[in-house]
Amino acid sequence: MSISAETITAPSKIDRPASDDVPVPDPPWVVIVWNDPVNLMSYVTWVLQKLFGYPRAKAEKLMMDVHTKGKAVVSNGTREKAEFDVARLHAHGLWATMQKDA
Amino acid sequence: MARGGPIKRTRRGDFELHLDPKERDILRGLPDQLRSLIENEDPTSDPAMARLYPPAYEDDPIRNLEYERLAGDDLTSQRLASIGTMEGSIDAERLTEDQLLSWLSVLNDLRLVLGTRLEITEETTEDDFAPDDPRGSTFALYGYLTWLVDAIVQALDPG
Repeated sequence: MSISAETITAPSKIDRPASDDVPVPDPPWVVIVWNDPVNLMSYVTWVLQKLFGYPRAKAEKLMMDVHTKGKAVVSNGTREKAEFDVARLHAHGLWATMQKDA
Repeated sequence: MARGGPIKRTRRGDFELHLDPKERDILRGLPDQLRSLIENEDPTSDPAMARLYPPAYEDDPIRNLEYERLAGDDLTSQRLASIGTMEGSIDAERLTEDQLLSWLSVLNDLRLVLGTRLEITEETTEDDFAPDDPRGSTFALYGYLTWLVDAIVQALDPG
């Protein structure tokens, strides 16, 4: 294959419209559950299993992170999904917030 | 407990509720107290309401306003529906799973409200309240609800 000026510049002509067409993905959001002195450990584990379908071991690990580290990321996704998850956690009385993934 | 706990899943998939008449009488008036709080108080001025309606964004007041507008009414209607369900089944000896989930929602919300009022920490014990302190009886109610919520979670646990 001969390398001419044309073949070098050609890809950039193709690339530019292509990159304009591809939407920049939303930065992922994370949903955080914070420790609180009222919600029971058993209850928090149950809520995480119920809302996210996590197996017992994963829900218990997240609950223990909340309990010992003060918080844990329990789900992530688009802003819409994160807001939906936060609302479900609030409906179950957990202290949850969301933020852009660092 | 010798009788094997206050709540038991049956083979049919509903739940037997073993509560003394005295316990029912304690529970009977609680859903309406929660309803009264939700309908009359505001998260901006009442710490217990702020606990029931937390912000979704830590540092974004504009997006929080939008979240409250979108999610707040849903949260309230879910809470009021659970309150109505618990009131309607307060003397029942068997609950469906949906009814038990409503009880759990109301009882856990009440724990959040009482815990906020009492400024509960993970170290709080009954010794923190003097014998003549009226908060002592509130803490006893809080403790009873703790026991009941835990029993419901154990009963719902699929194993």
